[in-house]
This record gives sequence, C-alpha cells and structure tokens, in this order.
Amino acid sequence: MHFSIQNILFLLVAVAGFGLFAWQVRKVRANILVGRDRDMSGNVSERLNKTLLVAFGQQKMFKRITPALLHLIVYVGFIVINVEVIEIMIDGLFGTHRALSFLGPLYSLLVGTNEVLGALVIVAVAAFWWRRNVGGVRRFTGPELRMWPKLDANIILYVEVILMVALFTMNAADLKLHQLEGAELPGAFPISSLLTGLLPSSVGALEVLERVGWWAHIVGILCFLNYLPSSKHFHIIMAFPNVYYSRLVPQGQFSNVDSITHEVKAMMDPSYQVPAPATNPDGSAMAPTPFGAKDVDDLAWTNLLNAYSCTECGRCTSVCPANLTGKLLSPRKIIMDTRDRVEEKYNSPLIFQPNLYGTEAKHAGQEVLDKETHTLLRGYVTPEELWACTTCNACVEACPVNINPLESIIEMRRFLVLEESAAPNSLNVMFSNIENNGAPWAFSPSDRFNWADDLFVTEKA
Amino acid sequence: MANLAAAGEEPEILFWVGCAGAFDDRYKRVTRAFVQILEHVGVKYAVLGMEETCTGDPAKRAGNEFLFQMQAMQNITTFEGYGIKKIVTACPHCFNTIKNEYPALGGNYEVIHHSTFLQQLINEGRVGVSGGGEFKGQRITFHDSCYLGRANNIYEAPRDVLAALDADLVEMKRSKANGLCCGAGGAQMWKEPEPGKKDINVERTEEALAALDGNAAALANLNGVESGNAGATPAPRNGQQRSIIAVSCPFCMTMMSDGVKNKERENSVQVFDLAELIATAEGLNA
Ligand code: SF4
Ligand code: SF4
Repeated sequence: MHFSIQNILFLLVAVAGFGLFAWQVRKVRANILVGRDRDMSGNVSERLNKTLLVAFGQQKMFKRITPALLHLIVYVGFIVINVEVIEIMIDGLFGTHRALSFLGPLYSLLVGTNEVLGALVIVAVAAFWWRRNVGGVRRFTGPELRMWPKLDANIILYVEVILMVALFTMNAADLKLHQLEGAELPGAFPISSLLTGLLPSSVGALEVLERVGWWAHIVGILCFLNYLPSSKHFHIIMAFPNVYYSRLVPQGQFSNVDSITHEVKAMMDPSYQVPAPATNPDGSAMAPTPFGAKDVDDLAWTNLLNAYSCTECGRCTSVCPANLTGKLLSPRKIIMDTRDRVEEKYNSPLIFQPNLYGTEAKHAGQEVLDKETHTLLRGYVTPEELWACTTCNACVEACPVNINPLESIIEMRRFLVLEESAAPNSLNVMFSNIENNGAPWAFSPSDRFNWADDLFVTEKA
Repeated sequence: MANLAAAGEEPEILFWVGCAGAFDDRYKRVTRAFVQILEHVGVKYAVLGMEETCTGDPAKRAGNEFLFQMQAMQNITTFEGYGIKKIVTACPHCFNTIKNEYPALGGNYEVIHHSTFLQQLINEGRVGVSGGGEFKGQRITFHDSCYLGRANNIYEAPRDVLAALDADLVEMKRSKANGLCCGAGGAQMWKEPEPGKKDINVERTEEALAALDGNAAALANLNGVESGNAGATPAPRNGQQRSIIAVSCPFCMTMMSDGVKNKERENSVQVFDLAELIATAEGLNA
C-alpha cells in the first residue's frame, strides 16, 4: 500500500461522483412518481423471470441479429469491465495496486476477457457509428431524432471509445513498466501486450501514462454515470425496473376505468353503492381526476417509467403501420415527448437539457401553444397523431425494453373523447350508432338476424 | 337463444355473431359458413339474435370508455340471464373484448375464437376436409389480425386450419408477431385515415400479393422491412392463377378486399375467411 494524496483526491472525486448521481436519481424518481398510482405489486416470480429474459437476457433484441450481436458485445463488455472498476475503486481508496490479483488464474481470465471485450467494444462502437450516421438505417432518422437525441447517441459512442483507450493505456503502460523492471505483472494482457511497442521506454513517462490511463478511466466512468440521467443511455439502468414492472396481461387487454365502472353500475342499478371518493390525508375531498390523460401527471407512473427507459431505438416506430404509410404518428416520439414534458413541468433535475429535439418537430402540423399553459396533449402530442393509431400493438411487441406507447395513446384519446368531446366527427357518428342501434353502423337491431334468412329455409319449411 | 331457453335447453356454445357478422354483407357469408359447419358437426349452439348488441370494442379503442362499459354491462346482463359459459366468435375484436375486458366488469366466460374452434374440430376429426377439396395445391397466404395475434398470441390455430386444406401455404414477409395491421383496428374502420403517403391496407395487400406471386423484387421494396427473416421465397408464378388471402377477422376481410380491388387483382386473388374455406372444402356451400 502506498497511501498518498492521490487516495484522498480519489475519495473526494468518488464521493462527489456518486453523490451527484444519487441526487439526480432522486429527482428522476420524483418525476416518475408524479404519475397516477397503479398497483404493480405481486407476481414477483413472473416479473423476475421476465426481467431475467428481457432485460438481462436481451431476448427481444434478437429479432434483429446484427444490432443484437453488436449490442451484446457492448453489454457484456460493460458488465465484465465493472469487475475492473471494483478493483480500481479498491486501489484508489487504499493505495493498493491490482488488489484483485490474489485471485490468481481467475484474475488472469478476468483481465484477459476484459481486454478482448474492450477491443470488440471498439469495433462494435465503430459499426454502431456507421449504422447510425452513414448506413441510412431508417429508424435512426425521423424528426424526433434530430438535434440533442442525435448528438446524445453519438456522444456515448465517443465516450465508450475514450474509456477503452484509457483502459488499454493503463494496462499497456503498467505491463511495460513491469517488463522494464523484469517483474511479473499479474493478469493476462492479450491486447495490451501488442501495444507496448507504441509506448515510450522511459520509466518516468510510463508511470505518468499509467496514472493518466487509470484516472481517465475512473473519472470517465463517473462522468458517464452522471451523464446517464440526461441521456437515452439511462436505459442501461432503467431497463431493469421497467421490464420488471411491465404488463403481464394479454396485449389486447385495455384497462377498464374504475370510476366509470362505478358510474355505469349506478346507472344500471340504482341500489348500487358507489364507493366513497378518496380523500386527502386531512379529510378534505380530493380534486376530481380527469378521465384519460391531458398531461404527464394524468398518466400512470409506469408510463413515466417507460419514458425514462426509452433507448430511442425507433423499433416501435419502424413497425408502426401508421408511421410506415407516412402518417404523423410515431410511438417513439410520444414516449420522448412524455419525458421532455415531465422534465419541463417538474423542473429538469438533470445536468444537461435532455432529449429536446427542437420545437419545429415537436409541434409539426399544429399551432404552438402558450408555453405556460401547454400540456403533453396538444402542447407536444397532436390529436392527429393520436387518431392515426390502429391499436395494433406492433410498437409494444417491438420494444426491446417492454415500453407500451399504446397505453399512453389510449389515455390521451380518452381525454379527447370524454373530457373534450373532440373525437373526429365520423367517430361521433359511430358512437351514436352504438348508443341508438347497438351497432357501430346505422342498421336497425331488428335486422340483426337477417343473415339467417335464406339459410334455414329448407329446414324450417 | 330465447327459443332454446324457453324450451328449457342449454346450448353447448353461444355463437357470438358480432355486428360485422350480422350486418356486413360480405361477412354475413362467413357467419353462414360457420353456422353450416356447426350444423354439420352437430354442435348444439345458440345465437342471441336481436338480443346481441355491440361489445363496445370500437368505442373503447376510440377512447369512449363510458359507452364501452354501458355496452359491456348490457351484454354481461344478457349472458348472465341465460347462464352462458362458453362463447365462440368469428371476430377477433369481440373475442378480445369479451375474453379480456369483460372479466373485470363481472363477466367471466370461456371465450374461443373460431380459428381455435375450427382447429379443434379438425384435430378431433369432426371436420375431415377430405384432402383439401378444391383448395388442394392452391396458393394461400394468411394475414394475421392484430387482435388475434399480438393481442392474444394466437398464431398457430389459423395456420393449422389452413394446413388441413393441403394447400400451398406461403408466408408474408411480415407475419405472426411481426404482422402488419390491415389498418382497420382501433376504430379506424369508421373514419378516414389521417393524411399520409399511402393507405395501410394497400401496403399490406402489396405485401400479400408479393408473397402470393413469389415476387422477390416487390418483397424487397416494402416499406421498412429491415431484415430478411421471411420463409423461403416461393417460386414465382404468372399473376393469372387464382390465389387466396386468408383472413379471420371481418375488418381484415374488408381492408384486404379493398386492397385487392385497389390493385385491380380481384380476378386472380380472392379473400376468404377460414370458416368459408373449411365450409367449401367440406362441400357445405353457403
Ligand atoms: S399500436 Fe398504434 S402506435 Fe403502436 S404500432 Fe400500432 S398503430 Fe403504431
Ligand atoms: S419505445 Fe421502445 S422501441 Fe420505441 S424507441 Fe423507445 S426503446 Fe425503442
């Protein structure tokens, strides 16, 4: 152990880094909890199973094999490199050097795997960069993926390369130092051993390089950690709770609004006892909640959790029949709007202004409303987008982290219909047909059996 | 149903006809075909006739939760009045709503879509299909309806039914969980589409025609299909032979038929419901 000023410095940096991160996470949590309450308890084993398969196991990624393999490299690399981060933390705090090397052969395996994965990560990141910026993959375009979201996606790729370069600098310099001293460095270094030739041969320079690599790696990781809450890359954390709390019922099953159930029951049966409305803790009546959702706080907290888990990959939009045929609807945009809006309304708690892709895209095709009075519905999401949805569930099926854009769409449709009576006219005609004739078309109920007319003639005669 | 109840009899199943099955001229033929199958196999069934009323699905998808629940409660009351336990329907929207959304409102039934029901009849040997009859060797592609497939995970039953026809089945590029909507769900059936480049049913029909024609170039040109995960490309055929798009939903029927007309292929391509195919193969012509 060589306890020094470096260790104290490291302690301060680490505390600041994790402290800032915890502060940001608390704000995000508060933002999510502005959503309506929804009981998601129970079914623990089923939920854990799902989390294991979809979040850890990347099950839904494998519908598209190229990005799945590239993503898997970065993902596994990220997990394995965390072992190295643990070692760096220990070394940084206690002035040890390669504290985990007592693991012997296992340590060699870990470090060796790490190096190979690190090299593969650089290759994967290059491929990702190509697909996103040159390769013309359709789902990486679209109005909601301009400006910050585009930059965000690239920033993370650059940061990953920087982190890997720092790692290799540290290892290669350390290796060469040991070689010069004729000592054995514990671990296996399949990649760094190829790089030692590129490094200077002076001990002083190598010592500096090793420290620079070490500090760059750990400070880089702490910066990355604090960048996450502002970025779509928050999904590397949020995907887990999001998948855990995903819906377990059939995708076709929409929620039944309870308050309406009480009303309808009371209408049909005058003796029905409507449960007393919920009260505030002080006993006063709570403000009535609107039907459906006009703004983010009318959505369920799970919908807001969705918004913080979105990777902006566009798999949802790329399978959306409305979007495919040129309509304004993009399920990805609905999810991104939700996150932007919750941070606008409840103060962006984050370091960067997240997600924003520019007002011109956000308000495409409609008048921009007053910034003070606008809401998620109309301020961000237009009725035209909502009415284009066929409720086909393709977006839900496609999302690799089990986000459900359809649920938010239906909640906003409910607000349009039940609170504003703002359905397209032809739908209002359909509603009144159901009310008057018991069918969405203008046919008389007495004609309901006509299909059988000529069918049983022979038998009945 | 009222007649049966009056006679003190209980049906094995309630056949829920649905609004499209009762009023849509094209889908009435499907209703008839299905009833003929029921008669043929001697299942004791009943229909509600004039006591049936919309399940409320289009109202619910359009956001009119109030109207939906009014319809649902009314239907549940009717079901309870007759002690209904088992419901079969040819409409995936009715199926989904009664199966998944009625229980929370107090209506619990065993609900079966007719594709599953037909599959059971075939498996039990109650419908023989005699080697496919006139469909033997014809090229058929199945269009998954969203409310059967993704909404309720029923992908194999309709394919099993078609397999019994001994036809030349081809898959579209987007099928099963990746299937493309016909464009009518979510109450789109009752309104004009929002402005865009194309109507959804046209896109889907193009895909179906490409699969039926074995046209690889047309397949490659489809919007937004990212990876080549389709089955083996069928051998090309000259667009003159008769091919079939099989559906199992009244809305898909309308949308795909309109799409075929839009592409001016109604002479060579026909749209049929599973029940029609089975009834015809059994020689029960409606
Ligand atoms: S459910 Fe709506 S938003 Fe989602 S893919 Fe289908 S049409 Fe698009
Ligand atoms: S909602 Fe899901 S599929 Fe859509 S962009 Fe976000 S992460 Fe991707």
